[in-house]
Amino acid sequence: MIKAILIFNNHGKPRLSKFYEHYNEDTEQQIIRETFHLVSKRDENVCNFLEGGMLIGGSDYKLIYRHYATLYFVFCVDSSESELGILDLIQVFVETLDKCFENVCELDLIFHVDKVHNILAEMVMGGMVLETNMNEIITQVDAQNKMEKSEFFPFFSFSLSLYRRLSFSLPGRTGRHRQKNVSYCHV
Amino acid sequence: MSDVVEKTLTALPSLLSLDSHPGSAKLSSTSKLGNLIRGITELTSKHEEEKLIQHELLAIKEQVSSPNTTMMKELMVRSIYCEMLGYEASFSYIHAIKLAQQGTVLEKRVGYLAVSLFLNESHELLLLLVNTVLKDLQSTNLIEVCMALTVVSQMFPKDMIPAILPLVEEKLNHPKEIIRRKAVLALYKFYLIAPNQVQHIHNKFRKALCDKDPGVMTASLHIYLQMIQENPEAYKDLTPSFVTILKQVVGGKLPMDFNYHTVPAPWLQIQLLRILSLLGKNDQSTSEVMYEVLDESLQRAEMNHNITYAILYECVKCIYTIHPKSDLLEKAAKCIGNFVLSPKINLKYLGLKALTYVVQQDPKLALQHQMTIIECLDHPDLIIKRETLELLFRITNGQNVTVIVEKMLEFLCISEDDHTTIDLVGKVAELAEKYPLKYNEWFIETMNTVFSLGGDMMQPDIPNSFLKLLSEGFDSVEEDRKLRLFAVNSYIPLLRGEPGKLPQRFLQVISWVLGEYSHLREDLEPAEVLSLLAKLLDMKNSSSETKSWVLMAMTKLCKGGADASVTQEVSETYSSSLDTVLRQRAHELQYLSQDPELRARVLPRGSCGNFAFVSEALAAGAAPYKPPHQRQEELDQSKALSLEPYGLSLPISMSSCSITDRQSPTLLSMSSGLSGDTLKLDGIKRVWGREGYLAQREPVEEAAQVEVPSPIQSPGRQGEGDSLHSQTPTQTPTPEPEQEKQQLASSLFVGLASQSSVSLMGKSEPMPQRFRRKAKGQGLGSSFIANEQISSSLISPPSAVDNLLCNNLLDSNNASELAEQTSQLSQSLTTANGTCHAEAELTESDTKGCNPALRRDNCVVAAGPGPHNDPGRLTEVCLDSYLPAELSGLSHSEIAPLCANQSLNLSACHVQKEDSLILVVFIMNSSESAIQQIPAGEVTSYSVAVGQYSLTVKRPAVHVEVVGTVSYQLPAGTSQSLQFSYKVPLTSFIRPFVVSTEEYGTMWLSFSHDTKQNLTLINDNQEPLTATLNALKKKLQLHVVEVIGMEGIVACRLLQDLPCLMHCRVNAGWLAVWLRSPVPDLPDCLIYHCQRALQSL
Repeated sequence: MIKAILIFNNHGKPRLSKFYEHYNEDTEQQIIRETFHLVSKRDENVCNFLEGGMLIGGSDYKLIYRHYATLYFVFCVDSSESELGILDLIQVFVETLDKCFENVCELDLIFHVDKVHNILAEMVMGGMVLETNMNEIITQVDAQNKMEKSEFFPFFSFSLSLYRRLSFSLPGRTGRHRQKNVSYCHV
Repeated sequence: MSDVVEKTLTALPSLLSLDSHPGSAKLSSTSKLGNLIRGITELTSKHEEEKLIQHELLAIKEQVSSPNTTMMKELMVRSIYCEMLGYEASFSYIHAIKLAQQGTVLEKRVGYLAVSLFLNESHELLLLLVNTVLKDLQSTNLIEVCMALTVVSQMFPKDMIPAILPLVEEKLNHPKEIIRRKAVLALYKFYLIAPNQVQHIHNKFRKALCDKDPGVMTASLHIYLQMIQENPEAYKDLTPSFVTILKQVVGGKLPMDFNYHTVPAPWLQIQLLRILSLLGKNDQSTSEVMYEVLDESLQRAEMNHNITYAILYECVKCIYTIHPKSDLLEKAAKCIGNFVLSPKINLKYLGLKALTYVVQQDPKLALQHQMTIIECLDHPDLIIKRETLELLFRITNGQNVTVIVEKMLEFLCISEDDHTTIDLVGKVAELAEKYPLKYNEWFIETMNTVFSLGGDMMQPDIPNSFLKLLSEGFDSVEEDRKLRLFAVNSYIPLLRGEPGKLPQRFLQVISWVLGEYSHLREDLEPAEVLSLLAKLLDMKNSSSETKSWVLMAMTKLCKGGADASVTQEVSETYSSSLDTVLRQRAHELQYLSQDPELRARVLPRGSCGNFAFVSEALAAGAAPYKPPHQRQEELDQSKALSLEPYGLSLPISMSSCSITDRQSPTLLSMSSGLSGDTLKLDGIKRVWGREGYLAQREPVEEAAQVEVPSPIQSPGRQGEGDSLHSQTPTQTPTPEPEQEKQQLASSLFVGLASQSSVSLMGKSEPMPQRFRRKAKGQGLGSSFIANEQISSSLISPPSAVDNLLCNNLLDSNNASELAEQTSQLSQSLTTANGTCHAEAELTESDTKGCNPALRRDNCVVAAGPGPHNDPGRLTEVCLDSYLPAELSGLSHSEIAPLCANQSLNLSACHVQKEDSLILVVFIMNSSESAIQQIPAGEVTSYSVAVGQYSLTVKRPAVHVEVVGTVSYQLPAGTSQSLQFSYKVPLTSFIRPFVVSTEEYGTMWLSFSHDTKQNLTLINDNQEPLTATLNALKKKLQLHVVEVIGMEGIVACRLLQDLPCLMHCRVNAGWLAVWLRSPVPDLPDCLIYHCQRALQSL
């Protein structure tokens, strides 16, 4: 079972937190801080699994994370989940976000927390994986969105890093994106 | 870049509006969130953030409670944002519920979302939501139903489940697939929080499992996984269904929509494999149902994507969990290899995990990957390192425990994570306590490190059980004394140093030990100990708990007299302490120090273990105390962790041998996996047992119980049998770090191999293939024998012919094969009376031919003390000339004496022919009398008989050992026998193999067994490659097929038919050698000889 899904940026600012098990407010914040602390000090070329955070932890739990540009996506799971399976689930999640927001960046997640939650709700329900097919998820989300009138996107003078597209490779679409990533690398 | 520009353009209107209307009231609703976020990102301190958010919350609160607010939705999002940052917005909870109740569909969605984020299932406000959920579940709008189901599966008050249960159940029949699916998960949630409430709908779960939509079926698997975990027996009947489903999925029968990177429904497969492993565990018949589909899964999962590895990993785990099937296990083991050797770090991690999982069943696997494991120990990624330690923890035994513990302590020093520290400290303590007796000092030192590293975080039972161990001691009083004395000795310098840095727990342990045992050290004045302890009391950071431990220790130590001043001072200080416990201890100290008699009665020395109240408590019905080892055993059982070698294994006493070579792990692979059915043990005595040498008990009848005596285990016998020393592997010429790794490997994996030949999963399917070696009857007919009228001196009473027992005994380096290979040599000797043909079998137990009991038994009656010529001289001088004529032209090895008794002297050499290897045995009668052979023939006094035998090798080993028995009859009529053993290096069987490069190429691909290694290059001339290859060619009789640039290919064969190919490449000053052969072990053995050959240059 998935215990929690956390998204925070490179500085540890939470961008989304969803707990499937009840913790009190302070513990939740502590978990986010500790998770960030654990995840952020890991290099790029180490494995994507972490064991033994104290709070959410115990030996049965592990953190599975992926780092995209400015954001960390962390899933806290127990031993009943497959490590590699969850790793690919994160990829599906991010690809779905990318499709829904058309080149998703950190700012999208900030301004559309509710939307991101809705997408997530179609993937994971009560801690169980509900749907892993990107198209299916998008269909469901779109069906709900139809009722929503289009809103324009509010932009201010945010730091450019917030616009940095989350870099990940999609089959067949890699070239275009990679180029873009390069231009933002040092913002 | 274009992207950002685009977005900025869309954003322009809002920017403009912001500029033209600076008043915040006129901003659009979304830009308020934007304002807030921008404000937060610009902040520099936590304090400012707090201020800003509090301000924001106030604003929201104000607006939210105004009756006609139209922007509830936006306000909710802002509250969600504040809550996410950790600021409570409890005032908005009720509004979220209201929004979910009354709003439009869109507002409802935000309301539900806010509720699910704000509240938990025990929150009282949640009751207000029940009605809304009820209403929405009945709604005709699918989206509303979905929302209701989602919130229900996130949280729902337990008591209210009955209210909505019928509605959710009803949804299982909903025409829409997505609704059915969510309903299944909602029911699963109910099952988790209130299992007894959903008991009546188990058959509905079955219906969901059979749903025509695969999505619904997938969802139902969550339920089954959980339920099967709880009670596998109840769901065995579903096994065929799960197997069929998996078969269909693997076979690609699902719609394309379910594919992920061309893999059909990988998550579904993972789930199914987990279920199958739960069902098949410890259940042969159920397991049999799934073998086929598991095999198919393994094959279908082509290694092209992460997700296929996920499936493979589950598959491997499943195969090792269910009832074992050997060919599947083999495939799975190969698969684990792919993981472990993968350059991808995630896969390596999983590979280690898999190894950790299977290593108890199949320790061989850890041996196979030992070098990778060593590399992982030094991996920069701490997670990998930790996982490796976990793996090592599982393979710890009495021999490698020191190395493994050392590695763990090393890791503890760099680990910063509390959880890891606690876990690891516990493991080290567990290991240290498990093997304390062997290494007293090591035990104390290790525990000291544990205490100082583990600090005050570790589980409290570690110091407790340590103290218990010390106080209860073991069997030997002397050992106990030493252990305690060593502890005392190690603590004194610590206290003299900087005790302030030691953790409290450690100080407590120290003061207890000093209080109890410091008298063991005679040169230590109690006064000094007292003053050291008193120093602890003065330290600022000593907790009052520690202080009371210290005071207790002082109470035990004080004797009055000279110590009185210290104790007096201390007790005065603390008798007015605010802490009642301390005050109590101080008073005790005061009184007892003044009254030695009373003290002696209250605290008799050395009686810390004997408490009368224990028996009283027992009488009162308390649980009896369990000694540490028993607890340990129970602990092991509960963890399903067997750290001892399997039941049939050897008594461990191998620590005496030094291991330095890469061969060494196998050096210790004594075979304990005897497969009794292939062995004949009639007449063979069991000489070595669990307790060591068994003094000539009755012969053993049941083959399976025979322990293999290992030559290494019995150093006392080494000299007796054969030239063990000569085979002690010498250092391979490897570079320094490489060598270190190999040393590490040998010390880590030592003893593991003793378990390695236990068949997988402890199942006794005979892996060992019996191997018979037939030797062609080799005409002995040398004219010499005929002329001298010497008949073979060998008799074997029942068959009346010579009886030579030959055993292809592997070199002790590879002795694991030992029991599996019982060779049979038939031989024929041409004697004056014609050809004798004998066939005999040697069984495993008398390896090395030095079974003392046997020999002694059979040789007691010797034919009188014959005059002893110097047999050595005789051998040297004359035996050469006895060599059969047809062999005399060929090169032969030095004639080595084998063994001798009063009447016979045995010597042997081997002769290399092009297609065979001839063993020539010289039997010399050194007695006065002639020795009879039955039916006829005799070896007259001081004459020599020669036997020759052709040897072939079926299973290669570094050395091949032949063991035989000479049976003969003295004139007195008594039958005698003499055993001998002779060792031939594998190189003697190696012949050059002439092939063309093309042939080489095709063969290369077809051979399956390979090994790789770096060898030293000979650097003394311009062409290191050619020089090295030539050296190898000369030493090992290899055939150099071709040398191209920096690469060379070489071929050889084992006698006639077993080829081995070698590919050499010069790489960074080393010769990277890759050997391939159709014969298992041949590459490994050959590389060993290559190393030796190059080294000896």
